[in-house]
Amino acid sequence: MQNDRYTESDDDHLLTWVPRLRRYARALVGNRDDADDLVQDTLERALAKSALWRGVADMRAWLFGMMHNLHVDGVRKPKLHTVVLDDDTLELPVAATQGDRLAVLDLQAALERLPIEQREIILLVALEDMSYAEVAATLGIPVGSVMSRLSRGRERLRSLMEGQPDPVRLKVVK
Amino acid sequence: MSPIVPPHPPHELVTEAELHAYVDRQLTPERQREIEAYLARRPEEALRVEIYRAQKRELQALFNPVLEEPLPQRLRMAAAPPTPWYLQRLVAGIAIAVVSGVAGWGLRGGYQPEPGAAVLAQRAPGAITMTSATGFAKRAAVAHAVYSPDMRRAVEIGADQEGQLVAWLSKRMGAAMKPPHLQALGYALEGGRLLPGDKGPVAQFMYHDSAGARLTLYVSNEVADTDPKMQGRTNQQTAFRFAKEGSVNVFYWVNGPFGYAISADADKAELARVSGEVYRQLETAR
Repeated sequence: MQNDRYTESDDDHLLTWVPRLRRYARALVGNRDDADDLVQDTLERALAKSALWRGVADMRAWLFGMMHNLHVDGVRKPKLHTVVLDDDTLELPVAATQGDRLAVLDLQAALERLPIEQREIILLVALEDMSYAEVAATLGIPVGSVMSRLSRGRERLRSLMEGQPDPVRLKVVK
Repeated sequence: MSPIVPPHPPHELVTEAELHAYVDRQLTPERQREIEAYLARRPEEALRVEIYRAQKRELQALFNPVLEEPLPQRLRMAAAPPTPWYLQRLVAGIAIAVVSGVAGWGLRGGYQPEPGAAVLAQRAPGAITMTSATGFAKRAAVAHAVYSPDMRRAVEIGADQEGQLVAWLSKRMGAAMKPPHLQALGYALEGGRLLPGDKGPVAQFMYHDSAGARLTLYVSNEVADTDPKMQGRTNQQTAFRFAKEGSVNVFYWVNGPFGYAISADADKAELARVSGEVYRQLETAR
């Protein structure tokens, strides 16, 4: 049936995004079940809003943006304990361990200690290879915020992995 | 990708943003080369850039394997649900058509009980109101119109897995849902599916005859309207009723908490024959 063909291509359309949504969610949330819950919620929301698809210029930004909203808007169970920090907020000092020095963290552990708004930008750039403009569109923030959060996130990730007690404050290189 | 900071700052002035754009290769090739030259003279900055690149590589190595994992069934279902959005939209379109058709039948008295149809029982007073029963017949006709022409996906679970079908629908409907067997009348069970009704789930069983013509049995346990104003209008009869939309004829009745509707392109006499048999089997099963 003609109808069948149309519907099948649309099925495939959303299905093709699932592995990438899963990859991003896994990195964002850390554990597999919670990440898949987030993907499922995102897919359901996307289908509920399918009437809008035709007007969506960038399906990836739309889907990942929806996942972002579901993740941070408190629709998710508060189990994830995310803290939204403004760009102006001071970096929270990382809790000290027994000694004065921090243990060196592996990448995944360090990632989990990043504020969510830094983590998601680092991940969208690294995993989705998004341009900064695409990240800005996905998250609904200005490109300037993308840049400052990316910069602070990467530096923080480095210091966590190097065991430095405090992120190095960056200044513009002249 | 467009350069992040056009126009280029002077060669010596490299911003933090540009360093990241360099890491992510989001600069013009020309600017990319300039920064490369700049970094060649600043080992400390070059190291930082290298660390950021390593972060990216490690993140990819850590999470790219997720792409290869088999998809869990629940995500497959969520991405391509059995009653997907395009059908829901189609249903909405048909519902409008059916509603306009129904308005016509009303005027012609199409919803009056058939004079020849037997009043079969007087069970469960107040189970389904007349209003909800007509809506029910409409939904049954729509469901038939939507699913019966579908050659490949007419059912969610096929008759070859009847045990699974029965267990699933019974669980979701909160009552035993065993499809009647109609081989004696020339109809083979094809399978069934769960559908959204007015207030809850509805089960649909699909049958076909030897020529491939399909017949559906639609079972709903939608409760009576609790609006007190509606109580007096409760339909206590369980007579067979007949409705027609285009080529789809619907025979429906109420029995206890359940509404049943049989839809097919077949004529009224054939539907009455099948309905009688379905009713008999359901009564026997009690």
